[in-house]
Amino acid sequence: MATIDETKSAEGSDETPKYKVIGTRPIRHDGADKVTGRALYGADIKVKGMLYGAIHRSPHAHANIKSIDTSKAEALPGVRAVATSADLPEPGDKIAELGEGSVVLNHLSSNNLARTKVLYKGHSIAAVAADNIHIAREAASLIEVEYELLPPVLDVMEAMSDEAPVLNPDVRTEEVATGEKGDKPTNVAKRFLFEKGDIEKGFAEAKYVVEREFRTSTVHQGYIEPHVATVLWNNDGQITVWTPTQGTFSVRQQVAELLDVPLARVKVVPAEIGGGFGGKISVYLAPAAAVLSRKSGAPVQLVMDRADVLQATGPTPGSYIKIKMGVDAEGHLTAADAWMAYEAGGYPGAPIGAGAMCVFSCYDIPNGRVEGFDVCVNKPRTNAYRAPGATNAAFATEGVVDELCGKLGMSPIDFRLLNASKEGTRRIDGVVYPRVGLVETLEAIKESEHFKTPLTGKNQGRGIGSGFWFNAGLKSAVTATVNSDGSVGLLEGSTDIGGSRTAIAMQFAEAIGLAAEDIKPAVVDTDSVGYTDVTGGSRVTYATGWAAYEAAQDLKRQIIARSAELWDVDPAQVSYEDGHVIGPDKKACFKEIAVELSAGGEPLVGRGVSNHNEPGGAFGTHVVDVEVDPDTGKVDILRYTAAQDCGTAIHPAYVEGQIQGGAVQGIGWGLNEEYWYDKEGSMTNANFLDYRIPTCYDLPMIDAIIVEVPNPGHPYGVRGVGEVPIVPPPAALAAAIQDAVGVQMTELPMSPPRVLHELLKK
Amino acid sequence: MAKKRIVTATINGREEEFLCQPRQTLLEILRDTLSLTGAKEGCSNGNCGACTVLVDGRAVNTCMVLGVEADGTDIETIEGLAPGDGLDPIQEAFLGNAALQCGICTPGYIMAAKAFLDENPNPTEEEIRFAMAGNLCRCTGYDKIVRAIQEAAEKRAGQPASCQKETV
Repeated sequence: MATIDETKSAEGSDETPKYKVIGTRPIRHDGADKVTGRALYGADIKVKGMLYGAIHRSPHAHANIKSIDTSKAEALPGVRAVATSADLPEPGDKIAELGEGSVVLNHLSSNNLARTKVLYKGHSIAAVAADNIHIAREAASLIEVEYELLPPVLDVMEAMSDEAPVLNPDVRTEEVATGEKGDKPTNVAKRFLFEKGDIEKGFAEAKYVVEREFRTSTVHQGYIEPHVATVLWNNDGQITVWTPTQGTFSVRQQVAELLDVPLARVKVVPAEIGGGFGGKISVYLAPAAAVLSRKSGAPVQLVMDRADVLQATGPTPGSYIKIKMGVDAEGHLTAADAWMAYEAGGYPGAPIGAGAMCVFSCYDIPNGRVEGFDVCVNKPRTNAYRAPGATNAAFATEGVVDELCGKLGMSPIDFRLLNASKEGTRRIDGVVYPRVGLVETLEAIKESEHFKTPLTGKNQGRGIGSGFWFNAGLKSAVTATVNSDGSVGLLEGSTDIGGSRTAIAMQFAEAIGLAAEDIKPAVVDTDSVGYTDVTGGSRVTYATGWAAYEAAQDLKRQIIARSAELWDVDPAQVSYEDGHVIGPDKKACFKEIAVELSAGGEPLVGRGVSNHNEPGGAFGTHVVDVEVDPDTGKVDILRYTAAQDCGTAIHPAYVEGQIQGGAVQGIGWGLNEEYWYDKEGSMTNANFLDYRIPTCYDLPMIDAIIVEVPNPGHPYGVRGVGEVPIVPPPAALAAAIQDAVGVQMTELPMSPPRVLHELLKK
Repeated sequence: MAKKRIVTATINGREEEFLCQPRQTLLEILRDTLSLTGAKEGCSNGNCGACTVLVDGRAVNTCMVLGVEADGTDIETIEGLAPGDGLDPIQEAFLGNAALQCGICTPGYIMAAKAFLDENPNPTEEEIRFAMAGNLCRCTGYDKIVRAIQEAAEKRAGQPASCQKETV
């Protein structure tokens, strides 16, 4: 796989590599555990004396709860405890700040155990703990709920109308720019508005103007491991939660807030996590399991099945987007206008803010306007999914761009190169880009063998698409404990969802001058490491890697000071370079000095923290070749190449893996995945057979081109990698379908029936 | 509740006897009764392959088999795959090719790949993709998994027969 590194190539091929550890491909530290079945994921955690729980869920999409009768469940032999929302404290109108966003606690609490209403099919109402899972499930089915049925609203546009049934009586439309709130109950929780330049003037200057409407379906992250939480509420009031999560500290805070107990009384122990992609941040089970544990006096495990995961966790929103863009005769964009409505699900919180900031993020546009709405509908409360909000937006924008290229008779790559965002470009929402690598990804695709190989077959087509994600910094902490043999244990607060243990350890190893294998990284519980924000926002390799770098700097300072003492020289005469501490007449490598200092004095422990917010932003450009079956509308992928600027690739194999995995999730979103609802708001494909994520038989190899434009805001130039690659695929696929069979797809997924429908219309 | 039955099966080369309710799946028995948690529950209905083990040499979704049906069978799970000191070539290939990210699908994938390579030691990419379509992975996009299985096939082909025998 090709790697483009402007710094390395500029230095010439006979230069020694810039780094010793960074850029190599060591075996991951947790590898043996994961290929032997020893790694313990959420449901593998078995605590002594543990009870098994089950949840009673709403069969209705929208209803008032009139009464809940748990007596039959309680009477079933083997049942130890039953919990409902009455067991959770009333949060009032409190808002919790969760590091990477805030949440109205009443909504989070009601999403865990419904209070007065159910807002989607599958909404949790009551939980049971019993001696085994079979009794628990039977008991859950014996819970009787009396409902007053309400009409559901599933479509985002219908939900915005004045006649729509209102889901949450407390929701008022907030104007995000001013903080002002409307005065009547509504499904529209937020309105974003971003403006730049003079949009009327911009469109007046355009030679071509294209306006199109797009729709995208609700899709799920589709991680293979269902949600699970095991909780012990001990007799002294201490609560321990074992769970697979993207953020142990976030779970700690959510659990503490929802149970109204002090933060320090909750300890969260991370299990290995079987995928998340943004979907394993919110709590769904731990609060109920905690209540069941308190009531039963035993640890309780609650686990979801696949239907629960699809129906009752946070998918990412369906959306309606209208885009209007104008270009002058030379192909320069003159103006752009977006109107975007995202489904929040049952409670407010769609990633519309991010979507609105991302919608024109790839283009340098002088005049623009973006209006976005967060809209409640009777679907599960949406959550983050890999570049949340950006994929919907890119599908719409890139669709219009592709049409403009057609009108101009310009190649889509050259059009993008002409209009690409670069250092100094001001986005519509006001942010000015630092050094970014969109142009380099476009050039990498343009120069790729894939792009240079012409397509020859009938009904075949090629499309390209670009995408952006901000990436995040936030807070991370790492502790480096030096062992008496000079090896190092690295305690990390970032849960490892795809190999980050190793990426963090490699940055520490690079900084201190050890091999990756000399470091033993461990993801530890919330009592054992400093506060660390979620594994999300493509931030872990950037921010926790930076914390590890700082821990190495801290150790170096200690080693210099103590070596000076040991050697009886002035500390100013001692330095630490290239893995060695160097004095006026002595030199020792890290291991030698660590052994000596550990034997003769206090333990060596390094502390590293980070809270930087220059993650750099990252862009990707993808090219895809497809063949469309004109009889069925099925789209086959013939070839796929994704180029992405990752700043500096710490572990290139896992960088490629992020790009490939994200691209394939985007392919699933583009071609096949969707929630099917009937009129009553019941999801009719809540299993993996019918909610069909891509299998290996649906795909070719995914070529990843790593582009390295180092991020000036990181010691090693790292940019986050994980999220960008899901953004371009639906757009690139739509362009390829257009190229293959001449139909413009404006709705996701571009499944066989939809493509065939467009073909038959032609 | 129906009475528990005594079931006898060979598991990773050792004869095991266990009590089993008729409604318990083989997956539940493996995980909860025998503490073999390498097989994972991803879907409970045979769609994802995370619970794959070998039953009499065939890859089986254990969430679709009842524990009582295992009576008299020879079962091989991920826990029994690696020789005492080291790893099976398939396990090595998964690590060397970075063919896992979160790793939850990995045990099932490796067992399914073993059954497949035992049957077809020299497969094409197309054959690998067809055979593995019942094992879902949401992290990797499958590229590195397919490459790992290709490499494992090559490694196995280069091994002496006695060595291959040991892992059967």
